[in-house]
Amino acid sequence: MTAANHFKARSGARRISRGCNAPIRLLAGVLALIACMAAANGSWLKHVPAKDRARVNPYAGQLDAIAAGGKLFADHCAPCHGADALGRGKRPSLRSERVQDATDGELAWMLRNGNLAHGMPSWDMVPEPSRWQLIAYVKSLGPSVPLRPHNHAARSPQDPSR
Amino acid sequence: MNLQFASRISLDGRLARAAFLLIVSIFFAMSYSPAARAQEPQYFVTYSHALEEPGNLEIEFRGTAASPKNGNPFESGTIEFEYGVTGWWTSEFYLSGQTTQNDSTVFNGFRFENRFRPLLHEHIINPVLYVEYENLNEADRSLLEITGHDGIQNYIVPNGIERSITERSLEAKLILSSNFRGWNFSENFIAEKDLNESDPWEFGYALGVYRPLALAASPKDCTFCRENFAAGAELYGGLGDTNGFGWRATSQYFGPLVAFSIPHGPTITFSPNFGLNDNSLSVVYRVKVSYEFQQFFRSVRGVLP
Repeated sequence: MTAANHFKARSGARRISRGCNAPIRLLAGVLALIACMAAANGSWLKHVPAKDRARVNPYAGQLDAIAAGGKLFADHCAPCHGADALGRGKRPSLRSERVQDATDGELAWMLRNGNLAHGMPSWDMVPEPSRWQLIAYVKSLGPSVPLRPHNHAARSPQDPSR
Repeated sequence: MNLQFASRISLDGRLARAAFLLIVSIFFAMSYSPAARAQEPQYFVTYSHALEEPGNLEIEFRGTAASPKNGNPFESGTIEFEYGVTGWWTSEFYLSGQTTQNDSTVFNGFRFENRFRPLLHEHIINPVLYVEYENLNEADRSLLEITGHDGIQNYIVPNGIERSITERSLEAKLILSSNFRGWNFSENFIAEKDLNESDPWEFGYALGVYRPLALAASPKDCTFCRENFAAGAELYGGLGDTNGFGWRATSQYFGPLVAFSIPHGPTITFSPNFGLNDNSLSVVYRVKVSYEFQQFFRSVRGVLP
């Protein structure tokens, strides 16, 4: 086989290979999309047991706990969810209605278990009191509002007293 | 011959470029990627069910020093790269070397390991499956695990003899780990097989307990507050092999450990390990420094042109 023929044969094989891979890539893409949609649609809420859902945050509304939670948030959550907690790329906003309307117990369950199949790690290694502080901080952020300059300044996530 | 020479130069060039890119990436990531406060138990030998967060890269240096009876003191260094591939899969790569006083300094080889969490929710006991491939010469002194009939006689053979014997082995661990009221309890069962020879399967174990000194975070920024410190203890040793299972004719160690996480910086851990029988080194001093880059590749992509 000449070099030119060899090159053509390899190119052909590559084209055939690409052709065979196309349905696999499409399938992988569809599965990834479904996984992202499942992660984003809050389906995890259905898995929270009733006794966990009913748990109450012992630090709810406490300013010291909110400040401590802000530190923990900056360490653990901000790199994925953003310093403003509005989400980044496929990582969801923590100021969405779904998160802000979730009970403290539901958020505690999510932090403890994570959503490993969809990229949210388990934070069970963070001690439970620290996790409640984190929830107190996230709840203090309130729901996101349209990004108007005066509203944005008024609702800075650094101000926990809102 | 020329072709071989050219391809070697090309390979060396590629390796040099890759190494340069890695160093530049790490430099930029250190500048732009925030460090994470390490929350996982800082054991030296034992593994817990804590995996690396997806996208985070932890770089860790582990130092080990000991002075065997009738042998030369040695210091071993291992550098570890741990990456969170997914929420349930963590991958690690280690490079090890050691220096023995009155002898020499040698590179020992590498380890490549993967850890998988088969259960996706937290349970009372959380299993993790661990698989590792090792390519190390027998001069390795990192003591990252003890298996088979390990003994003090292994540490008095000159490096010149041991470095020429390379062991390629497969190691599996069953990691069981629980968290309860801030405490972590971890139990590891180890099985190792030398792939070169018809040696029997060797076994070992490691147990660990660990707790941060404060469970709630302080509202103020502070370096020396209790939440940044943690303490624990480890017990580990060999369990013989398929020809002779048990505690006898192998080494056993116990040691307390203390860890300090510098806010937005590295975590430093220290542990003196005490040998519990005549087969063990009397004291092994261990230290490690780990630094975690959050969302490493995202940070690098954001900085590089």
